[in-house]
Amino acid sequence: MTAKREILRIEDLHVEVEGKPILKGVNLTINAGEVHALMGRNGSGKSTLSYTLMGHPRYTVTKGTVLYHGKDLLAMPVDQRARSGIYLAFQYPVAIPGVSVSNFLRASVKARRGTDVPVKEFRKELKEKMATLGVSNEFLSRYVNDGFSGGEKKRLEILHMALLNPEFALLDETDSGLDIDALRTVADGINAQANEDNAMLLITHYQRVLDYVTPHFVHVMHNGEIIKSGGSELAKELEAKGYDWVTQELVPTA
Amino acid sequence: MAAELTQDQRLLKGVGDDYKYGFHDSEKDYSFKSGRGLTTEIVTEISRMKDEPEWMLKYRLRALEIFHKKPMPRWGNCKLLDDIDFANIHYYVRATEKQGRTWDEVPEGIKNTFDRLGIPEAERKFLAGVSAQYESEVVYHSIREDLEKQGVIFLDMDSALKQYEDVVRKHFGTVIPSADNKFAALNSAVWSGGSFVYVPKGVKVDIPLQAYFRINTENMGQFERTLIITEPGSFVHYIEGCTAPTYSSDSLHSAVVELIAQPNSHIRYTTIQNWSKNVYNLVTKRAVAYEDSKVEWVDGNIGSKLTMKYPAIYLMGPRAHGEVLSIAFSGEGQHQDAGAKMVHFAPDTTSIIVSKSIAKDGGRTSYRGLVKVYEQATNVKSSVRCDALLMDENSRSDTYPTMEIDQKDVTIEHEATVSKVGEEQLFYLMSRGLTQTEATTMIVNGFFEPFTKELPLEYAVELNRLIQLEMEGSVG
Repeated sequence: MTAKREILRIEDLHVEVEGKPILKGVNLTINAGEVHALMGRNGSGKSTLSYTLMGHPRYTVTKGTVLYHGKDLLAMPVDQRARSGIYLAFQYPVAIPGVSVSNFLRASVKARRGTDVPVKEFRKELKEKMATLGVSNEFLSRYVNDGFSGGEKKRLEILHMALLNPEFALLDETDSGLDIDALRTVADGINAQANEDNAMLLITHYQRVLDYVTPHFVHVMHNGEIIKSGGSELAKELEAKGYDWVTQELVPTA
Repeated sequence: MAAELTQDQRLLKGVGDDYKYGFHDSEKDYSFKSGRGLTTEIVTEISRMKDEPEWMLKYRLRALEIFHKKPMPRWGNCKLLDDIDFANIHYYVRATEKQGRTWDEVPEGIKNTFDRLGIPEAERKFLAGVSAQYESEVVYHSIREDLEKQGVIFLDMDSALKQYEDVVRKHFGTVIPSADNKFAALNSAVWSGGSFVYVPKGVKVDIPLQAYFRINTENMGQFERTLIITEPGSFVHYIEGCTAPTYSSDSLHSAVVELIAQPNSHIRYTTIQNWSKNVYNLVTKRAVAYEDSKVEWVDGNIGSKLTMKYPAIYLMGPRAHGEVLSIAFSGEGQHQDAGAKMVHFAPDTTSIIVSKSIAKDGGRTSYRGLVKVYEQATNVKSSVRCDALLMDENSRSDTYPTMEIDQKDVTIEHEATVSKVGEEQLFYLMSRGLTQTEATTMIVNGFFEPFTKELPLEYAVELNRLIQLEMEGSVG
């Protein structure tokens, strides 16, 4: 067995939002080639973890470290994290009126690759990736997420991920609000992205998406901590028994 | 000359780092520069030097009286208005005696300046005619031959007064009389340069005509006068741009622009105002639109210290349509007080006002608008939308909309928003690798997009670049 290459190591991470502690000591190590799923109830701290890793200014780290390729991730500004290969697919992507999808994609691809991509080449690459995601051409001239349906927003997030080719992708509830066809397309996009050189953390409330994307590891978050980890079978067990099962089993009653 | 430009550039380094038009040329070869201040003698001298007909001299002198009598406006920005020192301004400056029909005929120093501003290049690429005004006079003028053959007249106003005196006399000051306001009176007294455009029946000028206005001298007053007339069924798109050197003391730009759109004709008038931040820009612009005609003011205000400008359209005939689409950008020490006026005199007339403004670093923007519907104007439709974006806590935006509606059978919509550049928008864009400056610029350009998309491509690119310059160094 070859040695595992570590991509991300989270140690004892504590995070507050507006003075309120949300994460209370998260530990997680993610290696290249791994897909992790993070499950848990609403309000358990899943999204806080994803925003913190991406560097949202409203989330304050009060304790702990995050190493990305052995470097202090928390010291890096948001845009530098993105350029060095971290990607967050938003649960609620933000509308930017007046900015076309193609402009946005091109500017960010340029930032990530550190060089301008010729228009022709870029269009070609874009069209290939759009075809696999079932996204039509008119998409490109629309304004970013402006008037998009839920499914369109999530498709754009996946398309963008494919273009930026991140080493570590966080997908925050990318499955929520999708009908079955959209879910399948988005899952295909996630599977196409996963390879031996990168890693992913799928944040989800439901087991549903895990019918299409099989994670190597599943973690359950409760009250700002990861309280249980296991293989993909853990997701099924959760689905069958509900979150109460884990919390009752694992959280000592006060 | 070239060496002097380099020296000027050195002197200006650091004065207006984000304003690349802030350089100035030497004045040593100037043919005339009036002393400071405004007197009957100066007005008479201007008219005499231009060899004008007697009626124009009388018109000027009467306007001068009106100017002296009219009080300063007590609205807009009173403090900045009161700071204007009318006695310290040069009202008439002539850099060269003759006007070029080719760029080679323009004195080298002035030609170099317009080269740096990209005018000859733009002319070669995508314009049907160009007028370049330097100080008080138009130093270069040309129009495509085929348009001239179709009877299109595009001249500087001084030449038009000589060559088409009857037409000028008939229309001059009919849309904006001298007594309209203090600054219209000032312009009427000391006007010089500007454009005269006349488009004959049915002729559509398919590519734009452009005028470019450049101030060079310190404490200069530039007072161009423009009159555009379109005969029935014709179309013209006129674009104006302007810049000035950055000085520590103020200059004054006060233009009067009159448009007359005869039945079923169409005028589009686009302005990219990019004066340096020591220029007062107090301009009166008004159009009359007859039956089935259409007038559009596309008005971009990026520069200047104080701009007060409210392009107006008087909808005189049934089914006439007016649009004002404007943007304003105010940075440190700037106040853009801009807006629009729509006056509906006739039934079935329609109007649209879209105003977008951005204030940052303590800058101030105001939307000031009027929609007036007279009793006889039935079935009028008008919509007003103003959006303001504030980049920080120190900046300010105000909206002063006025509606005077004397007729019940109307549809009026009004919507106004003020928003801040959202933390969530910035985070989203930056999470895809854009720097804070790039992200902010993208949001701002997106905000202005309804305006930019109405510009010819080259101008849209230029405007986006200007905004990028304004954003750089001010963020993060």
